[in-house]
Amino acid sequence: MKETSLRAILPDHELVRMYEQMVLCREFEESCAEQYTKGHITGFLHLYSGQEAVAVGSTHALHKDDFILSAYREHAQAIVRGAEPRRVMAELFGKATGICKGKGGSMHLFDPELAFMGGYAIVGGQFPIAVGLAFASKFRKEGRIAACFFGDGAVNQGTFHESLNWARLWELPVLFVCENNAYGIGTSVERSSALADIHKRTCGYDIPSVRVDGMDVMAVHAAVKWGAEWVREQSRPYLIEALTYRFRGHSMADPGKYRAAAEVELWKSRDPLPAFAIRLIEEGIVTQAELGAIKQEAIAVVQQAVTFAEESPWPEDGAVWEDVYV
Amino acid sequence: MSEITYRDALNLALKEEMRRDPSVVVWGEDVALYEGSFKVSRGLLAEFGGERVLDTPISENTIVGVAVGAAMGGVRPVAELMTVNFALLAMDQIIDHMTKIRYMFGGQVNLPMVIRAPGGGGSQLAAQHSQSLETFFMHAPGMHVAYPATPADAKGLLKTAIRDNNPVMFLEHELLYNSKGEVPDDPEFLVPFGKCDVKREGKDVTIVAYARMTVLALQAADELAKENIACEVVDLRTLAPLDAETFVVSVKKTGRAVVVEECWRTCGLGAEIATRIYDGCFDLLRAPVRRVSGLDVPMPYSRKLEKLCIPQVADIVAAVKETLAAKY
Ligand SMILES: Cc1ncc(C[n+]2csc(CCOP(=O)(O)OP(=O)(O)O)c2C)c(N)n1
Ligand SMILES: [Mg+2]
Repeated sequence: MKETSLRAILPDHELVRMYEQMVLCREFEESCAEQYTKGHITGFLHLYSGQEAVAVGSTHALHKDDFILSAYREHAQAIVRGAEPRRVMAELFGKATGICKGKGGSMHLFDPELAFMGGYAIVGGQFPIAVGLAFASKFRKEGRIAACFFGDGAVNQGTFHESLNWARLWELPVLFVCENNAYGIGTSVERSSALADIHKRTCGYDIPSVRVDGMDVMAVHAAVKWGAEWVREQSRPYLIEALTYRFRGHSMADPGKYRAAAEVELWKSRDPLPAFAIRLIEEGIVTQAELGAIKQEAIAVVQQAVTFAEESPWPEDGAVWEDVYV
Repeated sequence: MSEITYRDALNLALKEEMRRDPSVVVWGEDVALYEGSFKVSRGLLAEFGGERVLDTPISENTIVGVAVGAAMGGVRPVAELMTVNFALLAMDQIIDHMTKIRYMFGGQVNLPMVIRAPGGGGSQLAAQHSQSLETFFMHAPGMHVAYPATPADAKGLLKTAIRDNNPVMFLEHELLYNSKGEVPDDPEFLVPFGKCDVKREGKDVTIVAYARMTVLALQAADELAKENIACEVVDLRTLAPLDAETFVVSVKKTGRAVVVEECWRTCGLGAEIATRIYDGCFDLLRAPVRRVSGLDVPMPYSRKLEKLCIPQVADIVAAVKETLAAKY
């Protein structure tokens, strides 16, 4: 089947923007790894490298005010939605200038102005919250949908099943997006799910679903575009399973020995960044030289983010008591 | 005796008890192939095989509930919750089922099962991953709760837990896994439940602590010794059953008590211990019982703020001095 030309789908500037964001996210994550090694970022650090096509493809297919929720591997989700890289980096450094004043850290980014409604570190914690946001939108007739991102491991929590049922029963506009990167820490999907075809698990709730190549940013974009509009028009839930892969371990603490080298190499050969770059070049949307400039720009933005984070002040001691209550 | 880590002491306890009793099985998230996210179950799959060492889906309530059923059916499960924070997802099976079944069915059935759960704060894991929930478990009758401070206690208490015919919540402190200590090699070495351990003797003030707080209390006692203040450090070891007798006897001797708890202060276990001290020796107290506690806030990520939320050695030193300065 001949692929539709990119230009028929989105204008040049948006396609380039998508590529820029994918590169920015990759550079951001690789810089985080370095800052973790230096001891500037502490705690748990789960990097998104390899999965960029999902965040970028999805976000560009959603409305700007649609809610986005995710788990703890969410730096890219927040940045693509519009969070300033330097304020995300400052959060990871635990500084007062961070997006959550240094109180949340890597796993808990949040910005209501961007309708980025949080990174949650309890696996499955975000499902009912997404359903609740969809309820609020429907109740207040806002026309916004809730896009809920989660991993393959999260589908075995009760909240997943309870939320699917609930969203269908109350006819709520929730778009469930499973980022199936084949593992929950060291346990593969086959070893944790009786039915490894995650998208099929919505059958019992009468919710339609689709599986998509999560390494192909335009495939993700197309699926989310269609799914989001269907959810909005029908006011009903839909589920997309994006097949993807994390290039690094589960977190910085995980050497990832449970994955065969050949498997990792195979997925790296499907890296969503060069794959998209090739299409952009083939269709004459960018030149090789422009690709180089995009990368340099991303490196500069990330470097500025690190400098900003380094130079930012620590929170005042008194901040520890703030924000517990209104 | 061998000098080993808290992690290896727990690992050894699991292995010895699995060798001794073929009905002991282990399950949890990433415990088998991955050997546990803190590597406490290292080597178990290799030695005991996939019938006794099983990986589970990320389904905490069911991890505990299946253990309840298996225990009812004659198996001795040791279920691992990857961290104690996720016990909150399993509170229904823990509190509504595990702790009640024996009683509400008139004592006709026992649940010989252990839930292992690492916890505590101090690694900048932020609000959802740094909790000290020990009081939550202590609060509910129907289960034992152990929380060791040293490698020897870790081994001896876990072995006792596995042999106990009551359900046991076995807490482990994430920051203690690498700590080392002398541990008896004897496979029959057991540490009894409901017996505090006086980890250091002293005449001036009693410090009651548990788990990592005991380690900090001992460091504080070392510092205070330089100023000729002799602290007696009583390590609870099991929070349920709670051995009030041992710490009350100690406070009768010293007349002063500081309780160190990592959990939130409000309704924390320190409040219970202070009350037991008042009940046991109010007339002999020379100062009110002081508490050094976790701050009553969700744990912030930033390491600068996190440090303020968890008791530090200096806080214990200061509390001891304030207790000694009190004139009543
Ligand atoms: C309730 C709960 N149980 C266990 C964990 C520990 N844990 C953190 S991430 C993870 C694996 C999740 O895998 P998946 O949903 O596939 O997401 P991925 O990390 O692959 O993005 C586990 C078990 C947790 N954070 N919360
Ligand atoms: Mg996964």
